[in-house]
This record gives sequence, structure tokens and C-alpha cells, in this order.
Amino acid sequence: MDKIINLLCAAVLAGTPLLLGTLGNILTSKAGNLNLGVEGMMFMGGVSGLMAAYCYEQWALAGQGASSGVTAALLSLGASFAAGGLGALIYAFLVVTLRANQNVTGLTLAIFGAGFANFFGEFMGIRAGGYVAVSQTVKNAFAGLRVSPLSDIPVLGRLLFQYNWVVYFALLAALLMAWFLGRTRMGLNLRAVGENPATADAAGINVTLYKYAATVIGGGVCGVGGMYMVMVTCSGVWVHNCVNGYGWLAVALVIFAAWSPLQALAASLIFGGLSVLRMYVSLGIPMQLYDMLPYAATVFVLVLTSLRQSRERSQPAGCGVNYFREDR
Amino acid sequence: MIAEKRDPLVRMVRRENISPAQALFIRAAALVCALLTGGLMILALGHNPFAVYADMIIGSLGTRTVLAETIRLAIPLLITALAISLAFKMSFWNIGGEGQILFGAVAASYFALFWADTLPRAPLLLIMAIAGALAGGLAGLLPALCKAKWDTNETLFTLMMNYIALCYIKYLQNGPWKDARLRGFPKIAMFEDIAKLPKLLGVHVGWIIALALAALVYLYLHHTKHGYEITVVGESPRTAKYAGMNVGRVIVRTMFLSGMLCGLTGFIQVAGADYTLTDSTAGGVGFTAITVAWLSKLNPAIMVFVSFAIAMLKKGANKIQTTFKIPASAADVLTGVLLFFMLGCEFFLTYRLVLRGGKERLDG
Repeated sequence: MDKIINLLCAAVLAGTPLLLGTLGNILTSKAGNLNLGVEGMMFMGGVSGLMAAYCYEQWALAGQGASSGVTAALLSLGASFAAGGLGALIYAFLVVTLRANQNVTGLTLAIFGAGFANFFGEFMGIRAGGYVAVSQTVKNAFAGLRVSPLSDIPVLGRLLFQYNWVVYFALLAALLMAWFLGRTRMGLNLRAVGENPATADAAGINVTLYKYAATVIGGGVCGVGGMYMVMVTCSGVWVHNCVNGYGWLAVALVIFAAWSPLQALAASLIFGGLSVLRMYVSLGIPMQLYDMLPYAATVFVLVLTSLRQSRERSQPAGCGVNYFREDR
Repeated sequence: MIAEKRDPLVRMVRRENISPAQALFIRAAALVCALLTGGLMILALGHNPFAVYADMIIGSLGTRTVLAETIRLAIPLLITALAISLAFKMSFWNIGGEGQILFGAVAASYFALFWADTLPRAPLLLIMAIAGALAGGLAGLLPALCKAKWDTNETLFTLMMNYIALCYIKYLQNGPWKDARLRGFPKIAMFEDIAKLPKLLGVHVGWIIALALAALVYLYLHHTKHGYEITVVGESPRTAKYAGMNVGRVIVRTMFLSGMLCGLTGFIQVAGADYTLTDSTAGGVGFTAITVAWLSKLNPAIMVFVSFAIAMLKKGANKIQTTFKIPASAADVLTGVLLFFMLGCEFFLTYRLVLRGGKERLDG
């Protein structure tokens, strides 16, 4: 029993960056943009989040003031969102305005983002004389919360009320996105843009604006996922190639979750669980083969979903195709 | 007129045609812009861009040794870019070059590690090459079969194979293939001398293989029926079907070839460059090759030069890391910037901008 609870808690913690990446990419896809650059945006968000917290701390240290964990966390959040959004903005400009190929542009963003992050991560490391690491105060700001009566409830307290704040942020983002896409006029417009931009255009919806906004905000959410990888998973230290394929898993999870923010919750929990399985369940196979599990499961899921394709569970019809008003 | 006032400030007009000189000029302008952006970034870091660029050129071409090193970096890039262009021409987004290289490397290493004392040199190298190519080919075949049969998303499938291959090699390093002489270090033994590729003019013979393959792929794409089928399937699978082509077969066949080329790269890397198998045998080549292929507009002839240029960038970035303490990842950033500009400039090859009140010329 204890083991199962441990596994579940670890799955939530490991699944959160996947959830954020998936949510960001769902929003982007809903506008008809297939952005394969999630990995790159997560990288950019991760390094910027770390940089913001680190620079703030150095600044506070120089002014003899004590650094506040909450401020550092907020700055980190803002910087990672902005950096992810910046990556997405480059993508949106190339794809929406300059009509470049979506696949290749996304791939380039993935490569560029990884280079960008490793570059600045190492650059900060050289400047700091070795490696970059944030202080204990900032680390505590990303540690699990303790809300005294709630967190002390046996079992439930551990399962629900003791994660770091980003987990709840991600959960909130998922609920908010589900509400936005399903229950608001703007969400409906956005889906129309993704399904059939020509019709949306004819109905008076500003297709370009929707595409830009959804892509940039989606990229920002992916960036926050990257911040999680650096600040929580790697506990505030820059590790070379730290995102390690999570962005790509997120792209796959979008398909698995059938472009639904609520199903993304379940999907990322399952894949988070798979990625930490080796610590909790022994199957008698070598450690490295455990690490293969999430990727192998993705392949399995991809084949499975392609076997039973249906209209409800398929990607927005306009996804991957650029819209030209003049070409109608 | 009211309609006149409502005209946007800048309009896009499709060009009727564009002269080769104009196209070249636009591409050159994009290249200059990319270098300028890179220069600004260097400036922002507090270095002199000219000094850094010059150091990169000296560091990659300056002496015979570094030139040989640069060529050695260009070889896997060129072959993998050729492999990727086969798939991309077909609009099959094979981003699993990395994994296909690794599977090829594993198969080639198997013969190098366990058959080196039973076979003479030439047959051993030949068997390693064939095994590498076949293993890479099979790794490419699997996603292609699923794509042809069930329309499975090939981008993610091929990508996941990268991680699967990587985990498999880590398993081999730590388990069955671990070198017992290294006392606990999870490493695979170095190859015997007879399992190493011979050298010619200071670089292993992989460069001849790469150039020959570039010529072959060029002929295959532009002068055979298969090459034509690939182009048609890439442009429109429906047209291909209507013309009586077996789209599934074209996809499977082409991806097998694409995977084989990647697998061959894996063989060349372990037998020519590293002399052993590690988890960094592919080292990002599968991804960088995508940019090489796209920058060359999927043309094998141009690819020879572009792969060399990107290899220069990589080698030069190593040099500036030691001289200026600028991290070597600068190469990836610059490659990304370069490709962003090249992707963007395509727009100006098909469209031109007309300012408000400007005349709409039809000649472009």
C-alpha cells in the first residue's frame, strides 16, 4: 500500500512537466499549428527560469538583502513563460506570417532551443566559476508545500496536498484550458480556426491573431514545463541536456490525450508513472531497460491510436497546413 | 476611394517567376542576416564578433590536422543528410536518424567485438558495413510499415526509436558488452586494429564512401523511376495513387534505404572515428543532418558543401570554447539561427512585398 502511494506521488511529480508541455501543445494545435518544437521551448523556458532565479539571488546578495523564495519563484515563472513564448513567437512568425513548412520549423526550434539552453546554461556556469546552482531558499520555494491541517491527513494528505506549487499550477492550467476551449466563445473561435481557417475567416474571426496568440501562450506553458525540469527535477542546477526528451514525449501525449486537456491529466500521470517505475516496482529487468519504458509505451500508443482512428479523436483538421487567404 | 484607404501598409504579391540570380541574392542576404544576428549575440556577450568568426575559421581550416578533423565531422553529417533527404523528399518526416545510426553502430560493433579474431580484415569490415546498414534499415522499416499500413505518426515513432536505441546502448555498456578490464567503468572495449577503417590522405576512407553515396543518391533521386515516385508521393499521395503507384511500397522501400544509409553512418562512426561504441556515437548528428538536408534544399550536390560548412561551424565552436570561453553549444545556436533565416527567406522567393500605393508589377 505504502509503495503504491509512493509511486503515485512520484508519478504526479514526474508527470507535471509532461502535462505542461502537453497542454501548451494542445493549445497550439487547436489553432492549427503543429509545433514540434516543444522540446526546444521547454529548454528555453528551463534555462531562463534558472537564470532569473539565479540573477535575482545574486542581485539580492549584492545589496545585502536576503533573497525571498517567493519572489525568486515568481520571477522564474515569468521568465520561463516569456522564454517559451519567445521560442513560439519565432515559430509563429515563420509559419503564420512567412508561411514556412511547419514540420521543419518546429524541428529547427527544437534544435535551436536545446542549443540556446545548453549555451546559456554553460555560459552561466563559466561565469559562476564551475556550475550554476541556486541557494537553499530558492530550492525550498520549489519544494513540497505543507498546509498544516490538510497535509497531515493520512494517505489523502500525502496524495493530494503536499506537492510543490507548480503541480497545482499545472492542474489549474488544465482545468482552465478545458473550460476555455469547451465553454467560451473565444475557445470556440479558436477551435474553428484550427479546424477550418477559411470558414473562420469568412465568419469574421481574426485568424492570424488567434494563431499567434494560441501559439505564443502555448509556448509559454511549455516553457513553464521546462522550468519544472530545471528547478524541481534537477533541483535548481543546470544539467546538460536536462529536458531529455520530455518535450517529445509531450508531443506524443497530445495524440494520446486526443487533444483534450482533461485527458492530458490522465495521460501525463500514466507516463510520469512509467518514467519513475524502476524506483518502485521491480520487474527483474536491467535498469536501462526501465528507462526505455516511456518511449516504448509511446510507440505502442501511437500504433494503437492509429489503428482505431475516429473523427472525435483526431487532430484539428487544419493542423499542419498553413492558411493563405489569397489561395482560397 | 474608400477601398484605397483600407489597403494595408504592406501587401504580399505572389511572384510570377524569379531569376536564379535574384534567388541567389535573397539566399545570400539571409545568410548575411544570420551571420549578423550571430555577431550581435557574440557582441552582447562582450566579444569582438570578427575575432570570434576569424578564430572559428582558423580553428576549422587553419592546419592540416584541424582540416582533417573538420572533414571527419562532415562525413557522418553528409551521409545522414542524404538519408534524411530521401525520406523528406517523400514528406516522410524521419527524425530518427540518431536512432538508426545507433542501431547500425550496435550491429557493426557486434562483429568488431566478437568476430575480429576469426575473420581477416577486408571481409570483417565488409560484414560490419552490411550488418550496420541492415540494422539501420530495419530500424527505419518499422515506422515505415506502420505508416504505410495504419498511417501511424512517423515523426514521433522515428523519434522514440532514438531514445530506445540510446537506452539499449546504455544497457549494453553496463551489462553484456561491458569491458571487464576496465574494473567497473561501464564502457565497451576498443576495437582491434583490423576492425578499424583504413585512412587515406589523413582521414579515414569514410569520406570517399560519403562522396560516392552523394553521387549515387543524386542519380537515384533525379534519374530513376524510384526517384520520380518518391517526388510524386511527397507532393501528393493521392496523385501518386491515381497514377497507379503503390504508395505504401514506395514509403517502405525508401525508408529502408534511408535507414540503411543512417546505419552505414553508424558503422563509419564506430569503425572510423571512435573505434568503440558509446552512447554518444551518434552525438546529435541525426538532428544536425536535418538542418543540413533542409539548407541544401534536399539537393545532394549542395549537401556536400553545406555539411562541410556545418562541420566547420562545429569544429570552430570547439576552438572558440578554448580561446574565448564561449560554450561550444554556440554551434547549435548558430545552426538554428541560420536555418530560421533560410526558412524565412523562402517566403521572399515566392512572394514580394508591395507598399501601399505601390504598383503591382506582374513580372516579379
